[in-house]
Amino acid sequence: MALCQKYNLPYKMQEFLFFILAIICVGAVLAMILTKNPAYSALWLVLAFLGIAGIFGLLDAPFIAAIQIIIYAGAIMVLFIFVIMMIDVRKGLSPEKKKWTLFLSGFLGLVLLFELITAATGVFSQLKTVGTENIGSPAGLGRLLFTDFLYPFEITSVLIIAALVGAIVLAKKKENE
Amino acid sequence: MIPTSYFIVLSALLFVLGIVAFFVKKDLITQFLSIEVMLNAGNLAFIAFAKAHGLIEGQIIVFFIITVAAAEAAVGLAIILLIYKQKKTIKSEDVNLMKG
Amino acid sequence: MTEIIIVLVKIIFAMMWFLVLTLYLTWAERKESAVMQDRVGANRANIMGVRILGLFQPLADAIKMFFKEDFTPPFSKRFLHNLAPFISFFFSLVTVATIPFGDVLRIGGKTIRLQILDLNIAILFVFAMLSLTIYGVVISGWASNSRWTLLGGLRGAAQLISYEVALGLSLIGLVMVFPTLKFSAFVEYQGGLLFGWLPKWGIFLQPLGFLIFFIAAMAESERVPFDLPEGESEIVGFFTEYGGLKWGLYMFTDFMKLLLISCLLTTFFFGGYHLPWLYADGFHFPWGGTWLLPHGIVVLFQVLAFNLKVFFFCWMQILIRWTYPRFRYDQLMDFGWKLLIPLSLFNIIATAVILKILG
Repeated sequence: MALCQKYNLPYKMQEFLFFILAIICVGAVLAMILTKNPAYSALWLVLAFLGIAGIFGLLDAPFIAAIQIIIYAGAIMVLFIFVIMMIDVRKGLSPEKKKWTLFLSGFLGLVLLFELITAATGVFSQLKTVGTENIGSPAGLGRLLFTDFLYPFEITSVLIIAALVGAIVLAKKKENE
Repeated sequence: MIPTSYFIVLSALLFVLGIVAFFVKKDLITQFLSIEVMLNAGNLAFIAFAKAHGLIEGQIIVFFIITVAAAEAAVGLAIILLIYKQKKTIKSEDVNLMKG
Repeated sequence: MTEIIIVLVKIIFAMMWFLVLTLYLTWAERKESAVMQDRVGANRANIMGVRILGLFQPLADAIKMFFKEDFTPPFSKRFLHNLAPFISFFFSLVTVATIPFGDVLRIGGKTIRLQILDLNIAILFVFAMLSLTIYGVVISGWASNSRWTLLGGLRGAAQLISYEVALGLSLIGLVMVFPTLKFSAFVEYQGGLLFGWLPKWGIFLQPLGFLIFFIAAMAESERVPFDLPEGESEIVGFFTEYGGLKWGLYMFTDFMKLLLISCLLTTFFFGGYHLPWLYADGFHFPWGGTWLLPHGIVVLFQVLAFNLKVFFFCWMQILIRWTYPRFRYDQLMDFGWKLLIPLSLFNIIATAVILKILG
């Protein structure tokens, strides 16, 4: 992060920060799963996103970290909480009956985790630095975004307009009803 | 520099937790939230590999993923609101008919 | 070790400056409104009969708030209800770390930048923190578990999100003119001269951007023309169920945002710590005179200039707050989405065209 480069955080410090942030992320996601009320789930998820933004900061991506907070934590999650507030959630929810789905999903999750990690360990040996050391500066990101990735960028704007119109049409009250 | 493997393992863990949350939870909103968790786990892997390779393209992909997630959240939440208006419930099991 | 001590001292100074000034903004608001409405204003608080224009009033208010009962409604969600005021407060307070109070100060071979944190992405950091203050509004509205506060929270969140868009877009023109996201670099760019005599401040290069930013920032601070989330006089707002110190924290946060906006306006559009024609070695007037000054005096002038500009904008915002009536909600939304955002987009395009023409 900008911070790390400037003050040259020692390795131990970085590692410490990483573990704190990782614990926050995983703990918050676990708490999201364990709480019954969706509103609390959403708030836990906000905490997880803040942790992930911190990890992005450690990974030399200050711009993405800021975007993560502004868009994910600041806009998308507020939207979720908005909807949760408007919906009376407790009405529709009956206590969970099928216990076996829980165990099954837990088991399958563990299998998947094992699989992903074995898949990833094969890749680690091939990792080598090819680009520049100082990546993730907003200027470099912007330059690439408006040259090589110009078409995807413009298409994204069309997508967002489409989503905007779609959301308004869906949520609007119909005139003739 | 912290080894990339740490970040990848964390990313895998978050992804799996997202999947488990998707199966365990029964209301549409929390399931939607767990999709966001999965997306973020993917983002984390992208950024970690971008750092490991020293290439900025990984970060650009994440930029696009975040914008797409914003669009997805807007439409998805509108749909959930509609479902709630028609069925007065947001339990995913109760939404089992093709026609409202 | 000295590095850490310097950083700590800087943090303590900045926080003291910020919090004490915020405290006295409450006094300034009372006095200024009193002058505008032909009243005397708060002047009774005294220590041993010494009144000095009622300058002790904020202290008296603080003491009163400390000793009020800290009441949490029994039907509220206790933990979140208690947490919510601190979220807004914390994220507003953190932002001050990025504000440059002056240029570098050199003491005994050490170069100290008069700024706590010179982030590469300072603008985005400020926006991130501002967008997180929304949670204070939303959570307090929801956790109080009352319909009125819930509606207030929803109103507040919608307003803050809407105006954040305009706030962000209004600054893009400025970023195009001064190609940086760093506050210190922003201010350094503004140290130059336009046509050889006009200071190169943001306001002269981006007048429209300034106007949009000012309006949108005032909407972010939830004060009177835009005080729909709170609406203390008629409509019931998001912190209705709060009392005592926690209510005080919300009011304090409002004033903190006011001060913060003044700091940001100064940094972005009014040259930060720059006085016109004051350079590192003294004044160089465009008509040919020079007035050389020692380093310490220059730094003092810079800090004073910064403070003066900030005071001016605080005064301005209080003036606006006591002049205008409140928007209606649909007017508020129309104003944000149909006027400010298109205008800021126009500003971006116009800036791009002009920059292209000038090469």
